[in-house]
Amino acid sequence: MTVLEAPAAPERPSAQDEGQLERATERRNRRTYLALLLPGLLGLLVSFVFPLAYMVRMSFNQGAPDGVIVETFTLDTYIQPLTDPYYWRVTLDTFQMGVTVGILCVIVSYPVALFLARSTSKWRGLLVAIAIAPLLTSAVVRTYGWMVILGTNGLINSSLGGLGLIDTPLKLTNNMTGVTIGLVEIFMPYAILAMISGFGRLSPQLEEAAGSLGASKFKVFTRVTLPLCLPGLLTAFLLVFVLSISTFITPRLLGGGSVQVLATEIYDQTTGLLNWPFAAALSVILLVLFGLIIAVYQRLTKKIGG
Amino acid sequence: MSSANASSAKIFKPRFNPAKPAFGVLVFLLYLFLLAPLLIVFVVSFASNQYLSFPPEGLTLKWYEMLPQESTFMEGMKVSLIVAVIVTLIVLVLGVPAALALDRFEFRAKAAVQSFFLSPLLIPSIVLALGMVLLFGPLELNNTYAGIIIGHVAITIPFVIRTTLMSLATTDTSCEAAARILGADSWTVFRRVTLPIIQPGVIAGGVIAFIVSFDEAVISLFVAESGLPTLPVQVLRYVENSADAAVAALSVILILISLAVVVVVERVMGLRKALR
Repeated sequence: MTVLEAPAAPERPSAQDEGQLERATERRNRRTYLALLLPGLLGLLVSFVFPLAYMVRMSFNQGAPDGVIVETFTLDTYIQPLTDPYYWRVTLDTFQMGVTVGILCVIVSYPVALFLARSTSKWRGLLVAIAIAPLLTSAVVRTYGWMVILGTNGLINSSLGGLGLIDTPLKLTNNMTGVTIGLVEIFMPYAILAMISGFGRLSPQLEEAAGSLGASKFKVFTRVTLPLCLPGLLTAFLLVFVLSISTFITPRLLGGGSVQVLATEIYDQTTGLLNWPFAAALSVILLVLFGLIIAVYQRLTKKIGG
Repeated sequence: MSSANASSAKIFKPRFNPAKPAFGVLVFLLYLFLLAPLLIVFVVSFASNQYLSFPPEGLTLKWYEMLPQESTFMEGMKVSLIVAVIVTLIVLVLGVPAALALDRFEFRAKAAVQSFFLSPLLIPSIVLALGMVLLFGPLELNNTYAGIIIGHVAITIPFVIRTTLMSLATTDTSCEAAARILGADSWTVFRRVTLPIIQPGVIAGGVIAFIVSFDEAVISLFVAESGLPTLPVQVLRYVENSADAAVAALSVILILISLAVVVVVERVMGLRKALR
């Protein structure tokens, strides 16, 4: 982890050398950087811009239930989700899920992030890595793990049943409870990462100063530590919120078909009902919601200077 | 920072603070929560229970022995490996030069171009996946390797750009300048000087791209569920339909692959830097 940190001060070439170099390179500059950028730009154009543009265009077409698509330019596909109470319900549920997961995720991630931000142990690097390593494991696998823990014959129900604490298994999967628990854990690494970066101004000296001036432990926390952490907590919340409202795998698996959020609705409209214009319109709506929150998020992070 | 901490710790040495061990226990429990789904999968994969239940009745390797006979898993593994390897090669070829241009050259709209390269991370993958399945329909790319690969390129380019940029930012350009003065052409400078310097970023970006593609489920599900299911799609289907632990053994293998990637990234440039 320290390999690339703090590079030795580079030995500056003399001003004359530098001037010559600059002139020499400037001539080739334009052609070179274009040649370097072009493959990547083309790659993103094909794999990213075209699909999104095509989807936006599709959302103005008319879809029939049997999968027939009428090429036209209409707002019907937008009017339906905006007027049908069912889609208001789905959108509200999605939002509510995002808020709940965001808040719970911040609560469980905060102690870990605080611990990591303060730690001076030689194990700190390893502990940071362990906390964010789950980011690189499959969402399907982690969701499966939660199905094993929360299922009817899962770890929790078997343990509680074995201890005689419950007679009938708790219903922890195929509902919003399971989805929420799973998502909180799945997004913890993101929240921890956002918090560690956001806790820049937190310094033990400030806390010690407050303590030596007579503030109680509790007061130090509520008046010094927490306010300093607030920006980091807020960015973590927003990040987890946007990730939650667009996630698909976990609501699908842990929701077991009885949790309908925007993402599962888009999937059902696409593969089940083959109503592509409608699925596209739902996606555009999700994208707009997403864009608004991302804009707020970026404004906030800029304000914090993170 | 650390020296300041050490000196202040000396001044304010607390005697015994009951809050400290309590906080430690809390952090430990939260770590346990964070790792719970991965740990439980390990336990289940070695349990001899015929159906998913607790506690484990005995130890067995039968789920691992079953894996080679599960043709859906092996097929999925093949598809996912082919896709991930090709995607990694493509995004390195596309991403490393782009990062080089973004770091070593000055041009107008540079910030905008950089944001554009990172923007696929800001788009929900379900939305991207829908766009792809719609566009690929008329192009007859659904259920093909080309379709899945194009889909995965979009979501992996940002990682390569970011890690390469990070390596580029921490290196100084005087070595490259020296090589150029000594008469090396641009390609030689890149291959013999720049590339070795930025190697950590390139490796980190490459292995992250590999694992992101290998584990990706949503785009693969939309683009190729019926015709060319990748391993995550097969796992998804299996988990939805059956209750035995064969998929736990497979999950352990997937976790170990992720772990290998984590170790490589941590070694070459630091996981936190690479994923920020």
